Amino acid sequence: MSPMKAKSWKFNRSTHFADKIFSNSTLVFAMVIVGILLSLVIVLAVNAMPAINKFGFSFIGSSSWDAVRGVFGAWPAIFGTLLTAAIGLLIAVPISMGAAIFLTELSPLWLRGPASFVIEMLAAIPSVIIGLWGLFVLVPFVRNVLESWLGSKLGFLPLFQGAPFGVGFLSAGIILAIMVIPIITAMSRDAMRAVSDQQREAMLALGATRWEMIRKAVLPNCRSGLVGAVILGLGRALGETMAVTMVIGNSYTVSPSLFAPGSTIASKIALEFSEASSGVFVGSLIELALVLFGITLVVNVIARVLLWRMTAVKGTME
Amino acid sequence: MSERVYLRRKWLNRIMIGLCGIAAAAAIILLALILGYTLTRGIAAMNISFLTNAAKPVGEVGGGMRNEIFGTFILVILGSILAIPVGLMAGIFLSEFANPKVALAVQFAADILAGIPSIVVGVFAYAIVVQPMHTYSALSAGIALAIIMVPIVARTAEESLRLVPNSMREAALALGITRWRAVVGVIIPGALTGIVTGIMLAVARIAGETAPLIFTALGSQFGVQGLLKPIGALPLQIYHYALSPYRDQQQQAWAGAFLLILLVLGISILVRWLSNRKRF
Repeated sequence: MSPMKAKSWKFNRSTHFADKIFSNSTLVFAMVIVGILLSLVIVLAVNAMPAINKFGFSFIGSSSWDAVRGVFGAWPAIFGTLLTAAIGLLIAVPISMGAAIFLTELSPLWLRGPASFVIEMLAAIPSVIIGLWGLFVLVPFVRNVLESWLGSKLGFLPLFQGAPFGVGFLSAGIILAIMVIPIITAMSRDAMRAVSDQQREAMLALGATRWEMIRKAVLPNCRSGLVGAVILGLGRALGETMAVTMVIGNSYTVSPSLFAPGSTIASKIALEFSEASSGVFVGSLIELALVLFGITLVVNVIARVLLWRMTAVKGTME
Repeated sequence: MSERVYLRRKWLNRIMIGLCGIAAAAAIILLALILGYTLTRGIAAMNISFLTNAAKPVGEVGGGMRNEIFGTFILVILGSILAIPVGLMAGIFLSEFANPKVALAVQFAADILAGIPSIVVGVFAYAIVVQPMHTYSALSAGIALAIIMVPIVARTAEESLRLVPNSMREAALALGITRWRAVVGVIIPGALTGIVTGIMLAVARIAGETAPLIFTALGSQFGVQGLLKPIGALPLQIYHYALSPYRDQQQQAWAGAFLLILLVLGISILVRWLSNRKRF
């Protein structure tokens, strides 16, 4: 990854005419990537204008979605997006961290490769198939087993009140957990692997147990990498569409109960975009897309900076 | 006293290690559950007419997803044709020609682009292609898929080109050939496995993408009619049939899922085999 490589041959003087054409055309294609990103922002903003002009900032806070009167608000979708992502991370982070620790520190060598591979396969399964499985297996399970159990044990909390539909925030959160576990596991595994073995050996030589070694030598040394991994998972969870659309129930409401059906930004767009007729309706959906883009952009920038800082720190330590 | 401390540390150690093991097992069991269930339901629903017949109206049995399978094939090819040149050239730029600051900006843009939700990419494709042309089309879907594919191809191509040792570059230049010949004739062949791996990963990713197709490809009852007409796709049809109340269509959704999983996991395993063969 060192940029020195590229530099060392920039000073080659015998630049041929064909070379100029070739290197410049690679530059043009590289700029296409930057161009796509910029035009994405501009196009979304321009197309969202009908809604932005009509509703202004009240779009974010309003809960109505009425195609007949032409009044639209984003709050239930934003709420659903944040809530399901939070449930997803709450479930996924402990499992992913445990799995990553197992893969780097505890697993016998012969098991590491296959186990990593299997977890990475989970990431390759298309979202629509996870959704299909969720709809036919997870939702009945959540309705008949999990929600009735939670309702009877913890029903005094508003979180676990209401009729067990099966489809709803809880199912969507669980589905998101399943989808981000492989991502967070793989990234945290890489972060833990980057910690030098000397740290581990020093800790063990002091008489630490294996867990104390992990706790005091490994985890503190890759903290920014782990946080980066979790935030990257968050970015994925926020934008996940198909599987969530299939299990969240698609009602446009804000409810304190996890059992209630709801919507996310992505599921709202997926369901209604091809039916939207009026300019304000389409504009509102595109503004929703813009909001989602903004949220994931911030999240991804934070994740990237953390992950890059980790590699930079590692570089200076060596 | 110290006896008790030792005992506590020993048990804490065992408990935490046990929990980590359980977490790893949970992740693996989850995959086994999903895969196992989908494959069994899929095999049960799979038959020849699923592969050879077009979709039939509700009530008629023996419908299939021939057109959607073909449609997915076309969309993946279209996406690849659009994305591979851009991704590959950008990768070459990043690894061979860019100065570090420009490289950082392009890498950052690529990473951000890779993190954008695919549904947002779909909305973008709708706005730039579907809206001006006043029709849903295979072309718009191909463009959406290409945008998803480009950053993956670019970053993996860059990484594998960087793995080519500098001595190869110097040796090629010492022979007196120009730089572009060195890149095309020596460096790219040296990194070919990695580049192909990246392209295949990207193909596996876009083959299963559904969200950006809903309002670009739309789906079609009339099979494949050209690039400027709506087109069906396997994941899209799985989505529609999964939500259908009809048992026959649900069965077809499972058969479609089976096919899609075979395709995607087949590519993943192939990629694994390719990259193992090279590095270890």
